[in-house]
Amino acid sequence: MKNSIPKRIADFLKNYPPFEWISPEKLLLLAQECEIIHLEKNQTLFSIHQNTEPFFYVVKEGAIGLFKRIDNNKIPVDECDEGDIFGLRPFFAENQYAMTATANEESLIYAIPIIIFKPFIAENNNILNYLLSSFASNTRNPYDKEHPGKLLSVNETIGEISIKTPFFQPITYTKNPIWVSSKTSVQDVAKLMTKHKIGSVLIEENQFPTGIITDKDLRTKIATGRIPITANASAIMSSPVVTISKVTSIAEAQLIFLKNNISHLCVTENGTTESKIIGIITLHDIFITQANNPAVFLKWIKKATTAKDLKEVRNKLTQLIADGLKNNTPINHISKLTSEINTAIIGKVIQMAIDEVSEKPPVTFAWLNLGSQGRKEQLLITDQDNALVFEDVSEDSYHEVKNYFLTLSKVITRHLNTVGYDYCPAEMMASNPKWCLSVSEWKKQFHHWITIPDEHSIMLCSIFFDFECVYGNEELAAKISKNIFKDLYKKNLFFAYLGSDALKNPPPLGFFRQLLVEQDGKHKDTFDIKSRAIMPLVDAARVLILDKTISGINNTSARFEAMANKEPENKELFISCANAFLDLITFRTQEGLKHNNSGRFIHLEALNKADKLKLKNAFKPIQDVQSVLKNRFNLTYFT
Amino acid sequence: MWHWFKKKKKENPYFWEEYCVYFSAKAKKNSLDRLVVFDCETTGLDFKKDVILSIGALAIVNFRIILKDSFECFITQENYKSNQIAIHGILKEGKTEKISESEAVISFLKYIKNAVLVGHHISFDIAMINAALKKMGLPKLKNKSIDTDALFQKYKSLSPEQHTTLDALCEAFKVPKSDRHTASGDAYLTALVYLKLKAKM
Repeated sequence: MKNSIPKRIADFLKNYPPFEWISPEKLLLLAQECEIIHLEKNQTLFSIHQNTEPFFYVVKEGAIGLFKRIDNNKIPVDECDEGDIFGLRPFFAENQYAMTATANEESLIYAIPIIIFKPFIAENNNILNYLLSSFASNTRNPYDKEHPGKLLSVNETIGEISIKTPFFQPITYTKNPIWVSSKTSVQDVAKLMTKHKIGSVLIEENQFPTGIITDKDLRTKIATGRIPITANASAIMSSPVVTISKVTSIAEAQLIFLKNNISHLCVTENGTTESKIIGIITLHDIFITQANNPAVFLKWIKKATTAKDLKEVRNKLTQLIADGLKNNTPINHISKLTSEINTAIIGKVIQMAIDEVSEKPPVTFAWLNLGSQGRKEQLLITDQDNALVFEDVSEDSYHEVKNYFLTLSKVITRHLNTVGYDYCPAEMMASNPKWCLSVSEWKKQFHHWITIPDEHSIMLCSIFFDFECVYGNEELAAKISKNIFKDLYKKNLFFAYLGSDALKNPPPLGFFRQLLVEQDGKHKDTFDIKSRAIMPLVDAARVLILDKTISGINNTSARFEAMANKEPENKELFISCANAFLDLITFRTQEGLKHNNSGRFIHLEALNKADKLKLKNAFKPIQDVQSVLKNRFNLTYFT
Repeated sequence: MWHWFKKKKKENPYFWEEYCVYFSAKAKKNSLDRLVVFDCETTGLDFKKDVILSIGALAIVNFRIILKDSFECFITQENYKSNQIAIHGILKEGKTEKISESEAVISFLKYIKNAVLVGHHISFDIAMINAALKKMGLPKLKNKSIDTDALFQKYKSLSPEQHTTLDALCEAFKVPKSDRHTASGDAYLTALVYLKLKAKM
């Protein structure tokens, strides 16, 4: 009897959480108890402070906006699309709604009786967790960043937190340590240590360790004048040496360091002083073997001799980023670290290239990172965008100098390509004669872009304005920067261009539904997070910060934070933009790591509902910041 | 003989009396504004010759479709044209549990009570029920009714001659058509069309 309509409803519900966790038979029984509500656009289902209904709701068609009332303003909190649930408050024993639910467009809603649904919560943990996270994210006001998605993240990470410190792994130590005989003079020991840039020397007898001299011994025994510099090593060495075997675990080694209050251990074949020296390990070595300590990356980079070595480092960095995201390390922290290591890699590549062209640079220069690298927002490896600036030289030597830097740049970009940074398809690289210029030429170039703006130059601006000096003479970059801000003064037309460029991608609100409709589109079921969500924020931050002539901040979230300080009246908006931006690049990075690509096209169907909600919340501020731009730069009539 | 006929006329069956109580002045006052959207699948379009194969109905209270308050039945019919099977998909001896026409009418009356009946071209469906009632020696339905076709004519200011099919209404109001040509399915589509129409008027 009367099963055909409930069956259809059950067929719809089973595609969405939390209903997907309910057996088909039970779901059908649940569907029989449903009520179906039709809402016209702008019709309200329930209002804030209204007593709760014995139902919660699922959107069948259309879109329901959830609103909070703050100082008599209706503030949108969330938009629910097909399959989204809302009105969960009665589950949590509150007697009044905290939000208003209004149809943003004509909608069909299924009302599910809470009393019928409640037993399912007790039966299935997934359902409970899902309701909790939905409740938390619906409740969350994007403008209230005190506890952004707190419940959400708590739920996401339960059972996933793992401590990966490799305490029980064997130690890694320096092989082939420097050793001397006990007859060597202290002065020679000091010279040897200086030559090899090391802090300790082992003293041996028949290759067995008898003592150790460290920087500390030289400081406390020689420099104080207690023992003459001509004395033998044996006069100042610490003896006996504390030794360990090479199979000692990191944890054990740590204990030995602590117990003896020393900073160096000698590694011998059988772990005693009566066997051959095979290495030395320092307290510092122990620190950096722990859980991807970034210092180890810098050490690897230092040690690298080829671009291929650096490629390995870069690959390990990707793993570090993945681990960091998994362990909920703040994205800001991860991206700072990443850009630090990226910078070190580039520095090393440039050094290698200078050695390779076997000619020192004729004048000082600076290597500039552009675009996302310049903004220090690059987590996943992407194309290279770079430029070079060199000191002004006389006209006679200009060609020779420029040719040197072009040759150098070609080597650098080739090595970067080997490391994994693909060549820029648009030739936005220092090896391009257009982007390898002297300071004066760069000043002229920016002056031209700023005073005679057009659509093409604005596009270039968006890349070149975010330059960051990563190697060489920083003063050269500072000179260009200073000149830019001088040029920018009262350039309304330029700001109008830059502002409207920032508006070229309208906010992606409601796209889930639209994509569901576009079933045969080119990017079926994917969403271009870069051009539709990340770039609008990047562009907005840039134009705002240039307008306020704040220099030296390239990072988008840092720019929004600076804007928040500069304009307390828009503080909430700018802070929510900064957070939205971080959420979005986190998403992009996660997606990129998952699919081993740029992460630009997000696979919506692979996202869980909680992620979708979080992602959608990140879009809200885009719309708001774009209307700020419209007003600020009078863009309403600008075409 | 005369006496026997007379007595029967006076004393209608209990279910009918119960049904009539809902239309007394007192009951009407307490009326809950309940609407019942219903649809009959029949062997044809001639209410004099054709018979009902199934009835599907849903209640609307306060602009909500209440699924719990729904009705569906399939009827055993001895003589009907087999060419209807293709459209309705209801086999004469199908697996669905079936009841006699009079049983169906009795439960239907119990279900609708004094609700306002809503349907697409509802006069036909009411005529079919009335024909069944007549076979049982009973008078016609007392309920008020609303025709979604007439409602649409009013909404679009169409003339009474301009009729619109349920399919066309579904398209106009973007109601996805599925389970078309089952009584419950059509009743559900009609209910959605009714809600959308009412919301716009």
